[in-house]
Amino acid sequence: MSAESHGNYAEYDYAAGSYVGGDRPRGAQPNIEAPPLRRELGGYLLGFALAILLTIASFWVAHTHSIYGPALAVGLLVLAVAQMGIHLIFFLHITTDPDNTNNVLALAFGVLIVCLVVFGSIWVMTHLNQNMTPASMEQLMRMQG
Amino acid sequence: MSTEVLRAPMSPSQLVPRAAAAGAPPQVTGHGAGGPASKRIIVGYGFWVFLLSDVIMFSSFFAAYSVLFKNTAGGPTARELYDLHNTALETAFLLTSTFTCALASIAVGQRSQKWTQIALACTAVLGVGFLTLEVREFARFVALGAGPSRSAFLSSFFTLVGCHGIHVTVGLLWLTTMMAQFYVKGFRTDIRHRFLCFTLFWHALDIIWVAIFSLVYLVGTLPPGFLP
Repeated sequence: MSAESHGNYAEYDYAAGSYVGGDRPRGAQPNIEAPPLRRELGGYLLGFALAILLTIASFWVAHTHSIYGPALAVGLLVLAVAQMGIHLIFFLHITTDPDNTNNVLALAFGVLIVCLVVFGSIWVMTHLNQNMTPASMEQLMRMQG
Repeated sequence: MSTEVLRAPMSPSQLVPRAAAAGAPPQVTGHGAGGPASKRIIVGYGFWVFLLSDVIMFSSFFAAYSVLFKNTAGGPTARELYDLHNTALETAFLLTSTFTCALASIAVGQRSQKWTQIALACTAVLGVGFLTLEVREFARFVALGAGPSRSAFLSSFFTLVGCHGIHVTVGLLWLTTMMAQFYVKGFRTDIRHRFLCFTLFWHALDIIWVAIFSLVYLVGTLPPGFLP
């Protein structure tokens, strides 16, 4: 199947892949050549390597005894957020490009709502739990103890 | 903002001849000054907004899970049920599939039908492997009498992780559709826009899995005294 038989994609800039932004405007000079293969592959390899590293770190943290116990959950949360950041930058290509401003703003709003929903629920429900009548004898003993 | 104006993708000297040839007015983009953005940017933005709404839906399931985590109703706890070897394998499958999906997008950029199909096939196989492990785990829980109706904790667990699994299933259907469309219709612009949305979807699913394996599985198996 020849590439030429499929319309005028050459009119457009290199437009495949997972870039949210990074396109050229209509009427602008098209960049028919794809971006340097090596650089693009390098970016994905770096992202993949960092994600693997952070995943291994997470599993290590969950098993280790060399970290202060009560801090483990927070440590895992931090590693998870870091890995999400790696995915956003290297795979979803959320960047500081001018073309990407809308995507970043939408992301910021999404993060705000997610934080409100998750931390708000935990906060409110923890307080409600404290005000509930104890469901079991065991809980009653714990409260009195 | 002024520095971003300077970094706008095309300088006016590059733009004018082409734009004049096309009979269009000169454009300065990225700041709403040059008319509407290209279709590709609009498609990506629209799908990104959908993905964020999906993430917000998942966040409410996460909230429900973290609130109900300790309500096991005398049934098995997370620490007794979760098998981290299984989780590690699932993570390896999904993370590698995200990478092969990125490779597919490079292949599409290079207009290589062969490598596009190979990379997408690898993505599909890894995705099926992930789903198989997940279904096996669910079956094991149900066989242990720890189905979704056992306790509030397990209801929220199955809702959260199962919802992610349903997303992966839908993603696999979409993926095979994209393979067929690339094969039959070639690298047409509209097909590549659909593929852009698919890659965004697949990468976003991996982001949600990062939250699930860290905050559900790893935090869930910490010793009870270490839980927040």
